Amino acid sequence: MEIPKIVGAGLIVIGAGIGIGRIGGSAMEAIARQPDATGKIQTAMLIAAALIEGIGFAALFAVGD
Amino acid sequence: MLSSGIVASESATPHEEGKQDIKTEIKAYIGHHIQDSYDFNLFELDGKHIGFPLPVILWDNGLHVFLSSHFHGGESVAESKGNYYIVSHNKIYKTDAAGSLSFDSNHHALNAKPLDFSITKNVFMILVVSLLMLWMFSGMAKSYKSNNGLPKGIGRFLEPIVLYIKNDIAIPNIGEKHYKKYMSYLLTVFFFVWIVNLFGLTPLGVNVTNNIAVTFTLAILTYLITTFTAKKDYWMHIFWMPGVPAPMKLVLAPIELLGTIIKPFSLMIRLYANITAGHIVMMSIIGLMFIFKNWVGSSLSFFLAFVLSILELLVAALQAYIFTMLSALYFGSASEEHHHEEHH
Repeated sequence: MEIPKIVGAGLIVIGAGIGIGRIGGSAMEAIARQPDATGKIQTAMLIAAALIEGIGFAALFAVGD
Repeated sequence: MLSSGIVASESATPHEEGKQDIKTEIKAYIGHHIQDSYDFNLFELDGKHIGFPLPVILWDNGLHVFLSSHFHGGESVAESKGNYYIVSHNKIYKTDAAGSLSFDSNHHALNAKPLDFSITKNVFMILVVSLLMLWMFSGMAKSYKSNNGLPKGIGRFLEPIVLYIKNDIAIPNIGEKHYKKYMSYLLTVFFFVWIVNLFGLTPLGVNVTNNIAVTFTLAILTYLITTFTAKKDYWMHIFWMPGVPAPMKLVLAPIELLGTIIKPFSLMIRLYANITAGHIVMMSIIGLMFIFKNWVGSSLSFFLAFVLSILELLVAALQAYIFTMLSALYFGSASEEHHHEEHH
């Protein structure tokens, strides 16, 4: 039972990593295009990243228990 | 290159058993650190715990108040008004004079538990941080009066942060009209989480936001404020989403209702998991020093711990920011008024 659990958690963490990476990359691009909107873009980026991060931590918790 | 060299030199050492011991010891130490405790231990010297005891308050057919030093670091039985208590796995159980405990198959004690209202390490630190904040902010408020509307001392540092929360978190998310009634909660939660996180980075070994009960309470506060200040439009968007076909409304209602609970739940998990993960990684990296026991391992561990400390400094502020930000977002959705229903 242990191994599928760990592999599943690993897959979720990889997914979360890709997701946050894409958010960060897109935010960079957006800031480069619209430097005036930096503040707004950063806020939106942090919120989206925080929501995905929650999923990643949930996976870690599932494997930790 | 460097790490493979270390691994090679380590696998060649003959003291395999000694290494295993130190690993389990570090694991136990980390496990102990991320838990709440009845004493405030600062450090350990020659097997003695240096720190100070905190009051234990129990309700067991009558009030029992005594200092946690009566447990002698959890090793002996404490006697209070004819009742005997013992600490097992960080919980207080009722026992007899000999301190006997019966365990089930999962090694959980089966003895009766008294109601525990003790001032534990976490409670103590929450009180300390509350008093610190009261002192900081009441001093700041007074200095506006005495100094012609300009802050003095620590107020000069705090004023831009307060203004940032007002102008960049509260107003854009909640709106000019309603933001004022939420400001006190947003400011309190931001500074509380931030200061508590910063205390967690000191060598005092404080870990208030590592405790899921603390983050649960903070999240429940956000949930209650959202629910009880919600306007008609908020409930309508949950139970009868405007602008979608009627069968869809029936499907959306339970999902939206579940969403109101998931939102504070994710707030709780995010803060708790971020800070706990940070502490565990930090202590494991410091623990590398005791596993490697050579100059390469020590300097590597020191360097990583230093870099991680700086990252944790960022995370401490970022988690406080995210918590405040998302709370403001939820309050915003609760107090929003739609005058443009036809556009949905």
